Formats: sequence, structure tokens, C-alpha cells
Amino acid sequence: MNGSLHLWLIPLLPFAGFLFNGIVGGKLPKWLVTLVGLAAPLGAFLVVLSAARGLIGFAPAVALPYVETCPQPWISAGIVHVNFSLVLDQLSTVMLLIVTGVGFLIHVYSVGYMNDDAGFARYFSYLNLFLFFMTTLVLAGNVLLMFVGWEGVGLASYLLIGFWFHKDSASNAGIKAFIVNRIGDFGFLIGIFLLLANFGTLTFSQIGAKLNADPTWQGGILNIIALCLLFGATGKSAQLPLYIWLPDAMEGPTPVSALIHAATMVTAGVYMISRTHVLFNHAPFALGTVAVIGAATCFFAATMGLAQNDIKRVLAYSTISQLGYMFLGCGVAAYSAAIFHLMSHAFFKALLFLGAGAVIHAMGGEQDMRKMGGLWKKMPVTFACMTAAVMAICGIPPFSGFFSKDAILYAAYLHGTEGKILWGVGVVTALITALYMFRLWYMTFLGSPRGEEHHHHPTPLSMQVPIIILGILSLCGGWVGIGRFGRYLGHTVGPMPTQGGSLRLELILSGIAVFLAFEGWMIIDKYYRRNPERPAQLVARLPGAYKLLFNKYYVDEMYGATFVKPLLLGSRYVLDWFVDKAILGSAAWLLAGIATMSGGILQRWQSGNIRSYAAWLAAAAAAVLLFVVVPWATVLAGFGIHIGMAGH
Amino acid sequence: MNSFLTHPIPVSWYLLVSAVLFALGVIGFLVKRNLITVFMSIELMLNAVNLSFVAFAHQWHAVKGQIFVFFVMVVAAAEAAVGLAIIIAVFRARNTLAVDRINLMKL
Repeated sequence: MNGSLHLWLIPLLPFAGFLFNGIVGGKLPKWLVTLVGLAAPLGAFLVVLSAARGLIGFAPAVALPYVETCPQPWISAGIVHVNFSLVLDQLSTVMLLIVTGVGFLIHVYSVGYMNDDAGFARYFSYLNLFLFFMTTLVLAGNVLLMFVGWEGVGLASYLLIGFWFHKDSASNAGIKAFIVNRIGDFGFLIGIFLLLANFGTLTFSQIGAKLNADPTWQGGILNIIALCLLFGATGKSAQLPLYIWLPDAMEGPTPVSALIHAATMVTAGVYMISRTHVLFNHAPFALGTVAVIGAATCFFAATMGLAQNDIKRVLAYSTISQLGYMFLGCGVAAYSAAIFHLMSHAFFKALLFLGAGAVIHAMGGEQDMRKMGGLWKKMPVTFACMTAAVMAICGIPPFSGFFSKDAILYAAYLHGTEGKILWGVGVVTALITALYMFRLWYMTFLGSPRGEEHHHHPTPLSMQVPIIILGILSLCGGWVGIGRFGRYLGHTVGPMPTQGGSLRLELILSGIAVFLAFEGWMIIDKYYRRNPERPAQLVARLPGAYKLLFNKYYVDEMYGATFVKPLLLGSRYVLDWFVDKAILGSAAWLLAGIATMSGGILQRWQSGNIRSYAAWLAAAAAAVLLFVVVPWATVLAGFGIHIGMAGH
Repeated sequence: MNSFLTHPIPVSWYLLVSAVLFALGVIGFLVKRNLITVFMSIELMLNAVNLSFVAFAHQWHAVKGQIFVFFVMVVAAAEAAVGLAIIIAVFRARNTLAVDRINLMKL
């Protein structure tokens, strides 16, 4: 295919939808808002499909990477030349299919979920805005354009977390997400500056070519750059130490949690590391840090998920934990596996959130799992799909999560001695994942209904259909297999590491992981189905551990005491009282006083009496005349004072 | 006797008269309260300047000075027309021509 793929349409269609619904949507009938809001992501998805057609083999292939550049340069200053360039390669194709495909499904779901909301048009304009920035981020051919998308999705995330801004908790959560992301973005920005200083270019392909041309260039400044980028990624992808915003982000509408805070935006960090994988491969220390952060996050977030009672918060911690797996995959240079897990995670986690949304919808807004139970009879389709998602996230074959998680753990195991430790953490986390997910499953769907009887809202078709499609994808999404997927992505992110591996080893490792997942299931089955009073007994036996988990290791409180409180106190007492009020304020009053006083003196001059003005004029004219006419040098010389050229 | 007729009056005398007239004009402008007198003082200053223009023109045999005088006279005439009209309007509005009392733009 020699013709243009019209990549520019992919971000611009959602942007048009954003403008339309954002400006006039509020005054239009709901069906038109829905039509535009759905047409934009669908159009983008179709463009992506037509572009991907050539890559999968249904049409004449385009040469990859396929680059589309705006003829007008964006920035041209000194050595800095940045263009609006969009790049389509295997990596961005996979990512775009996920973003626009899952994005479209969630848009459809939102039609049903947000039907009664007064901000219907505003909601869809924000959602389209998010897709615009996310596709920009994915398609960007240089770091700066990616940063634009990166910041933009942060903005969309902020707007959507605080969508119900009249609730204090929602607007606070939005602000928290925005600020924590800013901290990470600071690192990203420093990384961009360092890239520019060391490479003289921001284009991914040129940076990669420069690094590949010199295989001996390892570590040093590259470690620092990669660590800066990693810091940005930990902010956006909610990893240690910046994960704290994601659980609070659940204040937003549930489809938003599904799209932005599970399936797409939070995976931007993984995407960014895969996109700059050449740099990370040349920075061994930074790459090791990625793996350690990933493993640590996936373990800690999973334990925090054990003690939560809010269904969305459990899913939030599981998202952080699964993102940790992806980071672990990146950290052992198995980028294909990380992206593979990103894909299957997008399917099953979006499904989990949409299912949770359906449950919340049915329960009339109730999110506390302690008040649910026995819902499988009332919503069998949702139950079936949720079961598929739970199986997938726990890594039970043949669901999609099994294949991708297995690929990551296998790659970790092959990664030297420290890789064995990472693998151990990952496998233990698989057990904990099974624990908290099946706990959610049992508490929500099985058993007998707890809490007061709610009027059961039926799930509308627009919500049911995306759930079913995602359910099928959660089941089948992994069947493509890491081998084929890795070969396909290998053109972009390098081959999967296979050194020292064998099929037997892989089967043993996945057998252990599956066994632990089933073990987790059995434990929860024993605790929650066969004798439901046992969880309470366990909590009573281990009050300290439960409290620690329930309060999420007090990390929020720790950050509050070490960063937020000093900042608040410093702002209030040092900056406000001392600097602002005492120093700046008194200086301003002093200046104002001088001005007032001198004005009071000078205003007598402006008497309004024309004759006084004339007298001043005449006096001044006389003074000038006197100055010009009188030979001052001579006069002063008479007094013995010599000025000017008196020496001549 | 004949010196008075045969010798031309030196230019400094003209300038002296001009300066005296100008000074009288300034003093009249500053001291007098009646708007019409103030107005006349301005005319006196203009004519003092005219006199020095003409004196210099004669001294340097340059016609430019005299042309300037014509300009000044034209402007003065126009100014007199406008000024007198304003004075009449002011008198009608305020019943006074004392400059001290006419110190506000609004009535």
C-alpha cells in the first residue's frame, strides 16, 4: 500500500468529538451527543484497523515503521528540530488497537452507565479528549510529542476523576492524581532535557540508531536518563513510590476507571519504557531498577488489595499489582511479554471494572462488597463474564492472563540469579492475586445477599454487550501465544530472552504458578464459602497485620507526614505569614505610603488655577533664559570655582 | 538733532521695547483677574514678539521674519474670534469673568 494511511485521523477524530460535545453538546439532544461521542472512537478504531490490515497480512504490507510527518516543523531552534511525526510500527499498532478498540467498547458501555447523569455531554467530551491525547501519545514519533500526549492524558484523567466535582472527595482525588503525576512528569521532563543534551535529537528512531551504532556505550549518563524516564513512568503507571493516586482515582465514574485507570492510560509507562527500550538495554542499572520496582509494586499492591472492602478499590490495587508485573517484564528485557500482558490485562481488567460497574449500577450505587452477595442469580451474564476475568487475572489456563503472566514469569526466571528472586516474588504475588480476586468473586456473586434488599436495576443492553465482548476477549485474548506475539513485536522491541530456557522448564514454572492460583482459590473457598465466619476469626487473631493491610501500610499517612504536612505548614507559616504578609506586605505598604505622601505634597501644585500654572510656566521660562544667558562659568570663576573646561 | 534723523535707530532699542511689552503682557496675564484683560495681555505678548521679528528682519534683510509676523497676526485674529466667543459663552453661563472662579470644567 503506497497511499497514505491517514494516521492523523486517529487522534483528530476524537478531538473533533471533544470540540463538538464540549462546546455545543450541552444544548443538544442526548441521541446526537451519543452519536458523535461514539462515532469519534469508532472512526478512529476503523482507521487503526485499516492501517493494521496491512500489518497482519490482509492487504499489501506497508514498510514499517511507517512515518507520517506534518510538513510544517513544530519547533526549530538551534539544534532542536521537532516535527509532528506519527509513527506506526508493530508496537504502536498493538497499542492503538487496544486503546481505540477497548476505548470504543467502554464508550458504548458509558452510554448506558451515564444515561441519567446531567453531565452526559461533558462526560463524552472528556472521554473523547482522553482518546485524542492517548492516541497522540502512542503514535508520537519523538519524545516531546509523546510528552504532550502524556500530559494530556493526565489532564483528561484529572477531569474525569473529578467529574462529580461537587463531591469533595472526588475533586480532592483529582487534585491528588494530578499533583502526584506532576512529580513523576518532572522526572520525565528532566529525562527529555538530558536526551536532547546527549543525543541532539528527540526522535525515537534516531536515538535508537545512535545507541545501536555504539554497543560499548553503556551506563553512565544513560542510567541517569533512563532513571528519569522511569520516574515519570512510575507516576503515570502508579508504581512505587508514586502509586498512591490510583486507589483514590476510583472516585471517578466506573467506565473511566475501566478505560483510563486500568486498560490504557496507566499502561503508558510500560509503553514508554518499551518505546525507549534501546536506551534501557544500554542502561543495566536502570533496567534492574525497573524490574525491582515492578516486583516490589506487584507484591505490595496485591497485599493491600487483600483487606479492602470497596469493590473498586480492590480492583485498583490489583491494577497496580498487574502493572507491577508489566514493569517486571520490562525490567528483564522481555518487552514483548510486558506488552502481551498489557493487552490481556486491558481486556480482563476493563471487563472487571465494567462488571463492577454493572454490579454497582444494579445495587443502586453501593460499592461495599460486605453488602453484596448472591448476585449471580440476578445477573448471570455479568457473573459469567466476571468469572472469565477473575480466572484470567489469576492466571488460570486457558484464560488470557495465564499466557501473558506466564511469559513474564518465565522471562524473569531466565534472568540470572536475581531473576530467580523476582520470579519468586511474582509467583507469591500470583497466589495473593488469586486470594483477593476470588475473595471479591465470592463476596460479590456467591453466598447469600447481605445488607438490605435493594431494588435491582436491570443492566441495559449497551452495558451488557461490551461486557460480553470483553468476556470473550478475556478468554481468547491469550491464545495467540507469546511465541507468535513476541516474533511480531520483536521487530520493534527486540526478541524475547530465551537463553537457558527449555520447554520443560517453562511447563514446570507455569505448573507451579497455576498450582498456587488454584491453592489461592481453595483457601478462599474454604474461608468464604464453607465457613463464612472464618475471615472474621482470622482478623481477630491477627489484628496488627489486618490493620496494617487495611490502612495500606500507612503509606498515605507517611507521605502526608513527610511531604504534605511540612509543605502545608511551610506554606502557611513561612511563605504566607512571614514572606507574604510580613516582608512583601510591609514593603508594599511602605511603597504605598511613600506614594501617598509625595502625592499629598505634589497635589498642591495641581491647583486647577490657570494663573498659577501660567506663573510656573513664566518662572520656568525665566529660569531657562537665565541659565542660557548668564555666562555661569565666568560668574563662578569669579568666586574661584572652576567647572567644565575652565582649564582652557 | 540731525543725528536723530540721519542715523537709524539701533536694533537693540526695538528689542528693548519688545521686551518691555512682553513683560507687561506676562505681568498683566498673571495679575489681572478679568478674563478680557488676560486675553488682551496675551495679544500684547504676541505683538511684542512680532515687533522683535520685524526688527530682526530689517536688521538681517531677511523677509522670513516679516512673513512670520503675518502668520502670527492671522493666528491671533483667529484666536481672538474664538476666544471672544468663548468669553461670551463663559459669561452667559457663569455671570462672571473672574479667572479665579473659573477653575472647574463642569458648571
